[in-house]
Amino acid sequence: MIIRKPSDLRYSAVTPKQVYLNRRRFLGAAPIALGALLGSRAAQATTKLAGVTKSSYTVDEKVTPLDVITHYNNFYEFGTDKEDPSRNAQNFRTSPWMVKVEGEVAKPKVLDLDALMKLAPLEERIYRHRCVEAWSIVVPWVGYSLNALLKEVEPTSKAKFVAFESYYDRKQMPQGTWAGLQFPYVEGLRLDEAMNPLALLAVGLYGETLPPQDGAPFRLVVPWKYGFKSIKSIVKIRLVEKMPPTTWNLSAPQEYGFYSNVNPEVDHPRWSQSKERRLGEFLKRNTLKFNGYGEQVASLYTGMDLRKNY
Amino acid sequence: MKKVLSNRWTKVVLFVLCLVPLAWLGWRAYKQDLTANPIEYITHFTGDWTIRFLLITLAVTPLRKLFNQPQLARFRRMLGLFAFFYGCLHLMTWLGLDKFFDLSEMWKDVIKRRFITAGMTAFLLMLPLAITSTAGWVRRLGFVRWQRLHRLIYFSALAGVVHYYWLVKSDIRLPLMYFAIWAVLMCYRAAVWLNTRRKVQRKERSGGQPSGQSGRVTIPSTASLPD
Repeated sequence: MIIRKPSDLRYSAVTPKQVYLNRRRFLGAAPIALGALLGSRAAQATTKLAGVTKSSYTVDEKVTPLDVITHYNNFYEFGTDKEDPSRNAQNFRTSPWMVKVEGEVAKPKVLDLDALMKLAPLEERIYRHRCVEAWSIVVPWVGYSLNALLKEVEPTSKAKFVAFESYYDRKQMPQGTWAGLQFPYVEGLRLDEAMNPLALLAVGLYGETLPPQDGAPFRLVVPWKYGFKSIKSIVKIRLVEKMPPTTWNLSAPQEYGFYSNVNPEVDHPRWSQSKERRLGEFLKRNTLKFNGYGEQVASLYTGMDLRKNY
Repeated sequence: MKKVLSNRWTKVVLFVLCLVPLAWLGWRAYKQDLTANPIEYITHFTGDWTIRFLLITLAVTPLRKLFNQPQLARFRRMLGLFAFFYGCLHLMTWLGLDKFFDLSEMWKDVIKRRFITAGMTAFLLMLPLAITSTAGWVRRLGFVRWQRLHRLIYFSALAGVVHYYWLVKSDIRLPLMYFAIWAVLMCYRAAVWLNTRRKVQRKERSGGQPSGQSGRVTIPSTASLPD
């Protein structure tokens, strides 16, 4: 039998006097209070985005349920298990939020969330999202083209690449310590890739602001590349002259290249990329080159050996 | 303790306990709670339990000797067979739900992907052990040869752990933990082996007088005969 020392009891565990004196009333009100608590939590987690228009950059495929999109995440700062981020990111502070846009630009900027939301009209775009782990989803993102932001800051002639950096705070993301990756998470695109209208800066999904586990409040979505290129919770965007380092490439350069375009013909060294499992489907689908966006982006890579530039 | 271990119901209880992971999986399947990617979940779950049962099986002999509980040996075969059972489930999940029983695709993967090569090695090493797990096979092979054959479990468990290590992307904590457990269990065996050899050598030098302990160290496995 365990006999606990009195010091094991903390004052925080003691029922407040007000509550125990009025315990009957408290019990009676509990269901209402619980309902209010759950309601307010849900309301606090995401809010509806106003003035969202439909976009022509949309695929006509069955959209993955929100429940799947919010409970199957790779967000290693919050843990490496797929369900970890949905549990561990709930209290992630996304306000206030500042994004620095700097480097080889004529007009560097520091934007708060409000400014980011108003930078360009919000569009809903239904994109395929293909993870390097050979699963995929279809997501109704809300956001605008990355090029809208880049045009605002006016890249100089020296700017050849765009480097992105995620927020990282050991206190809020203690699970990240064991992820085996260097944080803050960094990603990058070539400038012409970044200027392609498909490259999306997302602030929401399913018509509401982003849930924390999906990269709140502000993330990148590059639908023709493997999911890890679509960096989450961005705090810095830097235009640079040389190819910037990227997190997974630093971790395993022979497995994750800078480009990481979805390509069924080029296998990951450890598994095939020719097929994928769309979450919710039983049979596997064939993976499409550039994740089906070849018409819009294939020209970016003409003359390049995609086996070498994986 | 000895009474509990030698009670015949203990084995039945352990048998049921070994089925708890499967029951848990079934329960989650029934509740449609196998995550957003059920096939991956089932694959990882059964794979995890295969490695765990291999390590539990490998732990039987060290525990038996350290705590002087010879009756523990009664459970070793069953635990090993459960490792094989979960291994079969794991293989069938992958083969059926990932490869859709396309054998040519399967062999392509086995040859091409080192983590699958390692996993298949682990499974194939378990196969002869499962087949020769009966008392009849011990008799047919003779105990010494049978025991030598069953040392394949060391390599099967290692291959299983390597298989897992090669699969993960960056968070290697669990595979490393399994490897550490495997290494500890193997170090124990190495220590016993070295100790035995030293004693044998000393005995030879001193003219081959059998010491009181030699019975225990040179035939360490009488208690591990299958029951």
